Amino acid sequence: MSSPETSPYKGTEAADHGPARHNEWPLWEIFIRGQHGLSHRHVGSLHAPDAEMAIKNARDVYTRRNEGVSIWAVEADNIAASSPEEKGSLYEPSNAKVYRHPTFFDIPEEVGAM
Amino acid sequence: MTDPLFEYLCRMGDNTLVLSHRVSEWCGVAPVLEEDIALANTALDLIGQTQLWLGLAGEIEGKGRDADTLAFRRDVWDFRNVLLAEQPNGDFGQTMMRQYLFDAWHLLQLKALKGSSNAQISAIAEKAVKEVTYHVERSGDTVIGLGDGTEESHQRMQKALDRLWPYVGELFVSDAVDQALSAKGIAPEPTSLREEYDTAVNAVLAEATLTRPDSDFAHQGGKTGVRHTEHLGHMLTEMQWLQRAYPDATW
Repeated sequence: MSSPETSPYKGTEAADHGPARHNEWPLWEIFIRGQHGLSHRHVGSLHAPDAEMAIKNARDVYTRRNEGVSIWAVEADNIAASSPEEKGSLYEPSNAKVYRHPTFFDIPEEVGAM
Repeated sequence: MTDPLFEYLCRMGDNTLVLSHRVSEWCGVAPVLEEDIALANTALDLIGQTQLWLGLAGEIEGKGRDADTLAFRRDVWDFRNVLLAEQPNGDFGQTMMRQYLFDAWHLLQLKALKGSSNAQISAIAEKAVKEVTYHVERSGDTVIGLGDGTEESHQRMQKALDRLWPYVGELFVSDAVDQALSAKGIAPEPTSLREEYDTAVNAVLAEATLTRPDSDFAHQGGKTGVRHTEHLGHMLTEMQWLQRAYPDATW
């Protein structure tokens, strides 16, 4: 719904982000499970004063068209995220390791699509 | 007297119609986006229920009037909603207080109507009760959150309660229509819901640190149509404008 950070435009500097405005509700990330058996998927975020209202708001904002059977709300502050600057060390090493992809096996025809 | 069943169905349908329109007035201007969508959802639930109640009313009346005709072609004195439903939105707190005071009654009313001897009424109540269970949870939580919130929100909620309380009593007034229907097991005696209402509302108000007004004086005249407040006429002017100006206009 609303972005916690604004991104800088070309040639400008990013605005300094202090703490959230004191009367602003915390930001929650919302995960919804579409059907039994599937996993919860991130659908977006919203503001709410507490966990209970976050679930209610998620119900009203993200399940209006019968999208879900279960809602998770996680306060955005509690999410640990990888940093974009570490992209190289985190992900590039796996680029060179093609043998980790299961493409070196012959799959019998009877198995069909995998 | 007109058929008590028709009267009764108009009361149910007009309550949801008028309150739905009031709530829809927040669309696009609510204090935060999440509340804006939640209020719109509530208004849509209520308008859905209106279609069922007024649709059935038109059927029972048997004069070829459908839900739309009843909603858009009747004048203010033919409306049968309680006065509480037509009260103006005021600030967000007043809107939520009105919603809670109505929802708490609405849920008890619909639970009782689920056991109606009239199968169509019981089916409508069965569907509506799920929606209204959520409405009252949400409005109750908001009343608690704002009542037990900041000094300003507390004061505004107390003011809203004081302003709206005199309209609560009408929900429980019993008249000839109610008596005719309760005798046939179609609808509950309104007075029979009061005790449970008080228990539920007192608990929420206590948690919200709000003081229930001493006086149970009750304004009346909405559900009988005898004396609506001045607000309903203004609201209908807006709500019915298009169908009045361009009768039978469609999309």
